[in-house]
Amino acid sequence: MTESAILSLVSQRGPNTSTAPVAPLLDADRKPLTKKEISADHPTWCPGCGDFAVLALYFKLIERRKMLHEKITTVAGIGCSSRFPYFVQAHGAHFIHGRALPFASGVSLSRPDLHVCVFGGDGDAFSIGGNHFTHTARKNIKLTYVVMDNSVYGLTKNQTSPTSPIGFKSKTDIWGSKDRPINPIKQAIAAGATFVARTSATNPNHVLAMMEAAMDHDGFSFIQCLSECVEFYPGAFDAAIPRKGGVFNEVSKEHDVTDEYAAYKLADTAWPGLFGVYYKTQRPTKNANEQAIINDLQGKAAGLEPWQILKKNFERMK
Amino acid sequence: MSTAASPQSSPRISKISEAVIRIAGNSQDGIQAIGGFLARLAGRSEQEVMTFMTIPSTISGGPSIFQVRIGSGEVLSAGDQADMLLAFYDHSYKAHLGSLKPGGIVIYDSDHLKAEDIPAENLGKYRHVGVAISSLTVEAIGGTGRDKGKNVFALGLLAKMFDLNVPKLTRLLTERFTGKDPKVAETALNAFNAGYNYQLATAPELFQFTPGENVGQSQVVMSGNEALAYGLIAAGVRFGAGYPITPWSDIMELLRRELPKYGGMFQQCEDEIASISMAIGASWGGRVAVTGSSGPGISLKTEALGWAVMAEMPLIVVDVQRGGPSTGMPTNIEQSDLNIACFGGHGDSPRVVIGPSSVEDCFYSAIEAVDIARKYSTPVVLLTDQGIATRIEAFKEPDLQRVVQDITPDLSPVADHKPYDLSAPDGITRHLAPGTRVASGKYPVVTGLEHDELGHPTGSPKLHVQMVAKRRNKLRKLAAELPKPTVFGPAEGQILLVSWGSSKGPVQEAVKLARAAGHAISSVHIKYVHPMPHGLEEIFAGFRHVFVVELNDEGFAGIGQMGGLLRSHIPDAKIRGITKTDGLTWKVKEIMDRALEMAR
Ligand SMILES: Cc1ncc(C[n+]2csc(CCOP(=O)(O)OP(=O)(O)O)c2C)c(N)n1
Ligand code: SF4
Ligand SMILES: [Mg+2]
Repeated sequence: MTESAILSLVSQRGPNTSTAPVAPLLDADRKPLTKKEISADHPTWCPGCGDFAVLALYFKLIERRKMLHEKITTVAGIGCSSRFPYFVQAHGAHFIHGRALPFASGVSLSRPDLHVCVFGGDGDAFSIGGNHFTHTARKNIKLTYVVMDNSVYGLTKNQTSPTSPIGFKSKTDIWGSKDRPINPIKQAIAAGATFVARTSATNPNHVLAMMEAAMDHDGFSFIQCLSECVEFYPGAFDAAIPRKGGVFNEVSKEHDVTDEYAAYKLADTAWPGLFGVYYKTQRPTKNANEQAIINDLQGKAAGLEPWQILKKNFERMK
Repeated sequence: MSTAASPQSSPRISKISEAVIRIAGNSQDGIQAIGGFLARLAGRSEQEVMTFMTIPSTISGGPSIFQVRIGSGEVLSAGDQADMLLAFYDHSYKAHLGSLKPGGIVIYDSDHLKAEDIPAENLGKYRHVGVAISSLTVEAIGGTGRDKGKNVFALGLLAKMFDLNVPKLTRLLTERFTGKDPKVAETALNAFNAGYNYQLATAPELFQFTPGENVGQSQVVMSGNEALAYGLIAAGVRFGAGYPITPWSDIMELLRRELPKYGGMFQQCEDEIASISMAIGASWGGRVAVTGSSGPGISLKTEALGWAVMAEMPLIVVDVQRGGPSTGMPTNIEQSDLNIACFGGHGDSPRVVIGPSSVEDCFYSAIEAVDIARKYSTPVVLLTDQGIATRIEAFKEPDLQRVVQDITPDLSPVADHKPYDLSAPDGITRHLAPGTRVASGKYPVVTGLEHDELGHPTGSPKLHVQMVAKRRNKLRKLAAELPKPTVFGPAEGQILLVSWGSSKGPVQEAVKLARAAGHAISSVHIKYVHPMPHGLEEIFAGFRHVFVVELNDEGFAGIGQMGGLLRSHIPDAKIRGITKTDGLTWKVKEIMDRALEMAR
């Protein structure tokens, strides 16, 4: 038996990339990105959809944080809200329904230089993606996850979602839903998320504050952002909109965000509930744990080229 | 055993060039360990070796066998019939005596099988040697762990029977058992020596191998799963994700253990969907990543695989086939995933499928898969099977300094970039990893929706037509670049056998056997399963019959999965199938007999 023919090494750059020289750009010379520079496709959302505000606030975050253009990494699954990456003029990925978190985890773990922001809907997060939500949270993979919760399936046009309240009438529950909805905050705390916050698209300053706090968190940061579907669930969150007679009650300053049980209890506050950071704790991230293993094993193989490390293994198989 | 008797007094010593040894017992007896030692010894003795084993699917153990074929010349299969059977129990004796050649030798544990219980007809047909393996082991090493060490005692017996290189075996045993407690290695050596020094007075014959042919060649000995995993590392893969399932798990366990040494990692995920998704995310991160599974896990991956086809993302998916559908036959061999590997998923989703044919080929195919995935920006399925995954072979140590490659992503800024550029002369997508600055300010998006050249969604019928063609044509281009298959045997004749994956060895051996008997038969092996290389039609034209040998069902059309695929390329009724679904590897004679019968 002989070695098979191995193809010659492949270049990563091909004719679909312009090879014109690019002038170096020092970080210090960079100006904050403008809204124009950071917007891509015009959003396809219905006029009045809550998701517009979330997008606008993501732009604000990028601007305020002076994020480097190429480092902005936006990932989503499938749903109205999940179309998010098309509207951001930056590297982005629109993956499959419910699986944005494992995709983003692959980016986060293999590219520690990037902070990945994931956007999606309540169905994407808690129904088809429920399993991934639990495991990404418990493993504390470093990324930010904003669930734009409209309590309905928007893209597929009005079916019951896992956060639809009891009695909600949809095309699949014409008599009103009977199933107990998921409480995303409790779900996140129980799963082991290390940053758990709740906000509403109708309160821009609050959304931005939550996004900034999430970005600063070293770990899995989760934000439930109420975002109204004007098409299929109009008025869903009026109870939390002061100008519509509702109340926007924030989590009290006295609340100890490191107290898991207190946070869990707070999450049971009667509708429309409280807004703010419920829970925040520091636990080693998966990213850091993996890096520690790498450092340890690479230390033992110090000074060896990859082929020499492999050669050592092969010596033992003779 | 091809023997040439040497004129010596009892017991007679015969020179042999190869031997098939079957060891039968329970899995907890360390059967695999003895087989492994024999295989490794053969590797160190410049011999060719191939093994075959069955593993019970229950964890508490159960009947298990390990068969080793050691040859001084080329070894293509694990052997149809054994020259020697080593039976630890009554049940192993009964179940496996039939695999022994008439006149073959059976060594049995006389603590478990009484000589008087052996039927007289067996005594006439096979040569029996009873050794009180269990009690002699206890005597040699002290009666602590029941049944512990009798495998090593038996290895000593075999070493004596086959005049194996004792210093080399002693070294192997010492390497294997040297750990925290020096007593362990000492005990192992005691058991071995007891077996070796046992007076095999009743042995009818002793054997001696002629020197191996692979002289001066440094060989490594490993399983197909190991070779594949190390091939991926050599190719530069540094990220993988998976979920446990037999027989794929070994690959993930090895990568989990090894990748951090190279600065990489392997993630055990919550399920197979998460693992393929994570691997795709890492691929997008700039360096092609791996996921894999077996059986049901492959079904779960198909939606995400379709995304990788649509987004044109490089990705390696390992499918270690086992018996299906559903949970099927988890520890048996089958080649019934060809269709899902080539076509699994909805929509038109062309991808590459490569089927390694041997342990060595697993190593090099993994490297090729990575190179193809990167060059054509496509998912590549590495389609192996339970047999190739678990069997052990010796092969020439690869020139690692030459084959190990660095595929660190290039993040240097570019002026402008269109991932799905329709006017690119080579028609191939290349992605920019996130973190790459695009001076034009126009950043690409990767998506599962049909898209324009920058990755933004489109409902344009024209673009869909163009993009579908783009995804297909780049792989047609690959097909044209693939090495053309070559005929094993003369280019013209009566029968052409077609093999793919692990059936290559037994098919070639069947060709040799049938040619020796005067039949005009040849074979061709298809390594690149999908797309297929050019040149098969010309090869087929030289033969009256074309029989595709594969381990799957003949289906409604009366032809196996590869047969169907070939017929879709070359619609010729002379292409027929030799298929089976008994969950066992091919026997050489079985292939030959069926081919000759069908050609009659
Ligand atoms: C595997 C799979 N099943 C079903 C769908 C159809 N689908 C698309 S989006 C969606 C639900 C969207 O609801 P949500 O995640 O809440 O997002 P929204 O549209 O409300 O923002 C469904 C069921 C799909 N794309 N993929
Ligand atoms: S259907 Fe609902 S969620 Fe979707 S864009 Fe329209 S308003 Fe927004
Ligand atoms: Mg929704």
